[in-house]
Amino acid sequence: MKNILSTSSLNIGYKSKKGVTTIAENLNLNLEAGKLITLIGANGIGKSTLLRTITGIQKPLSGNVYLNERNISDYQPLELAQNLSLVLTEKLPPSNLSVFELVALGRQPYTNWVDKLSDEDVVKVQEALSLTQIEHLASKKHFQISDGQLQKVLIARALAQDTPLIILDEPTTHLDLLHKVSLFKLLKKLTQETQKCILFSTHDIDLAIQLSDEMIMMTPENIVQDQPCNLISNGSFSNLFKDEHIIFDAEKGKFIVT
Amino acid sequence: MFFASISLGSVTIPLKDVVASLTGGQATKSTWEYIIINYRLPKAITAVLVGTGLSMSGLLMQTLFRNPLAGPYVLGLSSGASLGVAFVILGAGFLPSFLSVIALSSYGIVLASTLGSTLVLFLVLVVSQRLRDTMAILIVGLMFGSFTTAIVSVLTYFSTAEQLQKFTFWSMGNLGNLSWTTIVILTFCVGIGLLLSAKSIKPLNALLLGENYAKSMGLNFKQARLVIIFATSILSGAITAFAGPIAFVGLAVPHIAKLTFQTSNHTILFWSTLFFGSIIMLFCDIVSQMPGFDVTLPINAVTSIIGAPVVIWLLVRKRNFK
Repeated sequence: MKNILSTSSLNIGYKSKKGVTTIAENLNLNLEAGKLITLIGANGIGKSTLLRTITGIQKPLSGNVYLNERNISDYQPLELAQNLSLVLTEKLPPSNLSVFELVALGRQPYTNWVDKLSDEDVVKVQEALSLTQIEHLASKKHFQISDGQLQKVLIARALAQDTPLIILDEPTTHLDLLHKVSLFKLLKKLTQETQKCILFSTHDIDLAIQLSDEMIMMTPENIVQDQPCNLISNGSFSNLFKDEHIIFDAEKGKFIVT
Repeated sequence: MFFASISLGSVTIPLKDVVASLTGGQATKSTWEYIIINYRLPKAITAVLVGTGLSMSGLLMQTLFRNPLAGPYVLGLSSGASLGVAFVILGAGFLPSFLSVIALSSYGIVLASTLGSTLVLFLVLVVSQRLRDTMAILIVGLMFGSFTTAIVSVLTYFSTAEQLQKFTFWSMGNLGNLSWTTIVILTFCVGIGLLLSAKSIKPLNALLLGENYAKSMGLNFKQARLVIIFATSILSGAITAFAGPIAFVGLAVPHIAKLTFQTSNHTILFWSTLFFGSIIMLFCDIVSQMPGFDVTLPINAVTSIIGAPVVIWLLVRKRNFK
């Protein structure tokens, strides 16, 4: 499988006047095309820092991030936008954008200076709408639809950006079980049908174990990347939460509260 | 509307003479021709420049600051201009007499106003480099507004009735009294501002999803923000200098455009804001000099009388206030 993003001896963390705070050291991660990869870890462990570093928003303390075999820090903003798209957790500012217009904004890296959509752009937007099955919402305003629908719209926007890699920050938060499952399945379907690589952070570990191709698990000691079945068999999940009341049941493949 | 603005005024001039004067022909009375060419035509052009410029800077700020209540006042640029003018008019008494004559000329006032708004522009730019949060810049702008109001009221306390009257007249706004030379300068400034705004259409669309999404779509945010702030400053700075601080147009017009077209697409908003900006300013101008009345109302009062209810109406219909 083709490697889309990889890191080599990457150290992540923050530099401030008081000194250097290291969050994780010597990371060698590989994100391959056509795979759905989930990033899990307790709150405050540094998932966001990791995502910020591999998307080039934040500089690594040391080591490198390679996107398509090229150092991510060498990318111009526009080139980067054509190779990597994001779905963020932040609330959208108030605007009158319709769903179609919002998805069409994903075409910005390709449009001319007045932001005019070409025929090809319109085709890509339509494709994104149909892949996420939200064609019926196209003319609605983005503030008129439910959270679950909005999340799909934001994913459609990332699809319209037409990048080999999509990274989502906790897309399943605020959704009920039904919509969580349908979102997971949608992302899974997208990786299979479009051969994109999708990486997303989540707290829905049970679902992640069942549906993701690979998982990146962050604990204070280390960060491991492997297939869910391997992580279960080598007992990695029992280190995820440092709490005696939460135990991982390897047979059922889920966490149990005692 | 442009034509109506030229045709209507305290002196009644027949339509065919208006047309004759404009097309270079001979009007029945030479005074009529003089009024049209040297008073009403410049005033109508100024109205268009002021209306489009202020409205456009309002549109830019509302999107940049993600705040529907942003307008040219919010960055504190108009306040800065007022402060400059207040210093000149109200503080002229402290200057030696020959200096105060220069300061009180219309050029002195324009210079002071431009200096004032440029000063605030630099302050805002410094703040925007240090604070990454756009909300913080907004608050700094508001604070600067209150600060200048306070300074102005201190100055008022020490000034004579005559000085006070002069300052009050300036602060009521005036579209007339502009010579052809000053109109050329104003046109140049507004032209630059509008060109930069047109260049910002795409970044503005990206910013509808917020800063981080905009960056992820390949936007050079710092550069785009600088262009937008500069366009805003040159538009509102130049206009305030020449026509006084004109209220509400910058705030209300972009909303009228957004409500009419029910869109956030800045390509459409750009043209509709230009359109509504000039129409509304010309309308306010006609109202301010109603035919049949000898008095000309201050333009700032007219824009406020029309603009304030529009803003309240917008707030009440909050669902559409996006």
